[in-house]
Amino acid sequence: MSSRLLRFEDWTSPVPPVRREVFSALPHPDEGEPPLLFVPGLGHGGWAFREHWLGHAASRGFAAYALTPRERGSLRAYVHDVVQVAAGLPRQTVLVGHGTGALVVAHALARYPARAAVLAAPVLHGWPALGAALRVNPLGTLPALVGGALTLSRKQLFGADAPEAHVERLTRTPSAVARSLFTAPEPADPVGSPPVLVVGSPDDRVVTRKALDRTAARYGGAPLLFPGMGHDLMLDPAWRDPIDAILDWLVKELAG
Amino acid sequence: MHDTPEIADRHDAVCVVGAGASGLATIKNLREQGFSVDCYERETSVGGAWNWRHDRSPVYAGTHLISSRPLTEFPDFPMPDDWPDYPDHTRVLTYLERYAEHFALRMSIWFGTEVVSVTPVGDGRWDVTTRSTGGGAERVQRYAAVVVANGHNWSPKPLSVDASAFRGRIMHAAAYKDPAQLRGRKVLVIGGGNTGCDIAVEAAQQATTVWHSTRRGYWYAPKYVFGRPADQVNAKLLQLRLPLRVRQWLYHRTVRLTIGDVTRYGLPAPDHRPYESHPVVNSQLVYYVGHGRITPVPDVARLEGSTVEFADGRRVEPDLVVTATGYLPRFEFLAPELLDVDEEGKPDLHLHAFARRHPTLAVVGLVQADGGLFPLAHWQSVAVARWLRLRDTDPERAALVQQKESTRPLRSWTRLHVVPSSRHWFEVGFTNYLRALGDLLDRMEATS
Ligand SMILES: Cc1cc2nc3c(=O)[nH]c(=O)nc-3n(C[C@H](O)[C@H](O)[C@H](O)COP(=O)(O)OP(=O)(O)OC[C@H]3O[C@@H](n4cnc5c(N)ncnc54)[C@H](O)[C@@H]3O)c2cc1C
Ligand SMILES: NC(=O)c1ccc[n+]([C@@H]2O[C@H](COP(=O)([O-])OP(=O)(O)OC[C@H]3O[C@@H](n4cnc5c(N)ncnc54)[C@H](OP(=O)(O)O)[C@@H]3O)[C@@H](O)[C@H]2O)c1
Repeated sequence: MSSRLLRFEDWTSPVPPVRREVFSALPHPDEGEPPLLFVPGLGHGGWAFREHWLGHAASRGFAAYALTPRERGSLRAYVHDVVQVAAGLPRQTVLVGHGTGALVVAHALARYPARAAVLAAPVLHGWPALGAALRVNPLGTLPALVGGALTLSRKQLFGADAPEAHVERLTRTPSAVARSLFTAPEPADPVGSPPVLVVGSPDDRVVTRKALDRTAARYGGAPLLFPGMGHDLMLDPAWRDPIDAILDWLVKELAG
Repeated sequence: MHDTPEIADRHDAVCVVGAGASGLATIKNLREQGFSVDCYERETSVGGAWNWRHDRSPVYAGTHLISSRPLTEFPDFPMPDDWPDYPDHTRVLTYLERYAEHFALRMSIWFGTEVVSVTPVGDGRWDVTTRSTGGGAERVQRYAAVVVANGHNWSPKPLSVDASAFRGRIMHAAAYKDPAQLRGRKVLVIGGGNTGCDIAVEAAQQATTVWHSTRRGYWYAPKYVFGRPADQVNAKLLQLRLPLRVRQWLYHRTVRLTIGDVTRYGLPAPDHRPYESHPVVNSQLVYYVGHGRITPVPDVARLEGSTVEFADGRRVEPDLVVTATGYLPRFEFLAPELLDVDEEGKPDLHLHAFARRHPTLAVVGLVQADGGLFPLAHWQSVAVARWLRLRDTDPERAALVQQKESTRPLRSWTRLHVVPSSRHWFEVGFTNYLRALGDLLDRMEATS
């Protein structure tokens, strides 16, 4: 276990710095609540949170930030960027990861003592997620298995009535990037024992109910469920329910 | 009218002495284990040595890190990745201030408060006497444990020769702040550690004449080799787990190929192998010697009148002598036997951190390595916090861990083959030391 102390990779070949795109929405006045950092998954950028969740969190008193993953990244680089942004904020930060962004957050938790963490529709285990993706979106997924790009589809991510604009903004993921996420090792235990909440939808076509339960169990709880919603909880017409539930949970955790 | 008890009982709280890098990490990591913490800091701000406004700060205007950023930052709070490889002291201070802010550590710190005595009560608890820095009434409080993080780079090591008959100006490097102090002078710098070499280089740029006196030859390591920060290359060799002999040979080769034979410059040959002394990282010293701006001289034999005489009989007349002889550890608030301090002043602690006979007394930051101190202080304080927690929750297992630890061989965590000098009392190998701490953490976690 001393690998967490001996970080040869970081010491001998540090992740190269990049300019990071970070969106933010700030509360007025700032009452000193911990900031939230939203981390999107494959195909998405910080824009996915700017749509509704950032502003809503700010209106409830939380400084909210969303990070766009770097181009041509890797799990290691994404984790690095999340920890860099979190450590750059003035207070201990709450990390919120969505989809494969939750995987990045789970790994970041082993590197940075977050104030709390939320794994939303988390894709923590590559194989079941790949299976589901092949079933629902074979044409977008298959090329990634043979070195092509991974393309997400409307049917995978959204419920019945998603605005066309969201679908158009999705980006393709180079297969090497997808591979680095799908073959990631199990994340190490979080440092600083932060409270962790898992949220998702039983009707998510990317994350199965079983995977959701398994992830929640790993963090010692049961998932908070929002039936009827698609994978992209933050872009769904019912986006308000999960973010309100997340913030209610957080308020309770911070008081306790 | 004494109706309040004289000693305020802080029950399970832990007392931390000092809010430098080590103290800050200790507060954070104790709090993560659920402890209440009272930290006392004699200055009015955080940062310890890196806060050059502090009267005891050994830092001078030109100080930059010698350990590169990735090997210096706290493992759970990285420095910004757009900072240079070797940030300067103001950035390091900013970093420590941000760490304190980020983890809301200041609410656990009593600034302007000095710890004047720490005495065992007998049941593993401690009475800690504090008072305002500079005087005032004393206050005694009782704690479950004490973690000392008072730093070991602030109490100047005296010169071995008598300087009382010297009429020129003489000062310890601790008082050196600004290159203006050297401008236009004839300067003698004594000491070949990182401080002595930095000051000799600054003098080469400012003073009219510079002599640099060392009592032995050293391996001067450049800040970059093969286009990478030298400590990162060193870490690569450690990752490959090359035997010491092989690393020594590689080091030797690299120096031969880049700097060449130092005696050709008039510098004394090292009297020890590479890795047998604390690394001196300075790319410019040899350069200025080669440009005739620094004249290497041997050990000082006599200081008298306006003259300094060296071991080889040479005499010079400097108008400023800077003694960069390093620092000695000092624990003026603890009886020496609590840390098993020997007659020379060297404490004897398990892993340079745990008092051998007092399980609720520890020191954080009392090490020096071929890498940065912050990661070591971080993991030390994690280990101390876990240890104190384990004693609470499972005393039987704690006893077992303690017994296992007592058999840990010395050579597994401290450098035994080093030049015998107080300079190396706390010299450890960065990765070996972390391995030992990781091992201890595993032992404690396996049991909880
Ligand atoms: C010139 C110089 C350059 C260095 N460069 C590097 C480098 O590149 N990389 C590196 O890792 N390390 C470097 N170091 C080592 C440096 O000492 C450490 O980085 C670090 O500052 C040590 O932190 P500390 O908290 O252990 O001690 P300090 O920073 O000394 O802090 C101790 C604190 O305790 C307080 N204190 C002491 N006694 C009491 C008391 N009785 N009551 C209350 N408060 C008290 C002091 O006021 C101080 O704030 C350098 C040292 C020097 C001298
Ligand atoms: N980041 C930086 O740029 C930087 C700068 C300065 C210091 N530091 C760190 O700060 C710590 C202290 O460094 P330092 O250079 O101040 O002290 P140091 O490493 O202890 O070096 C002291 C030097 O003075 C010599 N010396 C000691 N006593 C002497 C005596 N009585 N007569 C003659 N010579 C004597 C020593 O010789 P021997 O070798 O024979 O003992 C050694 O050369 C180290 O950890 C160092 O790495 C870092």
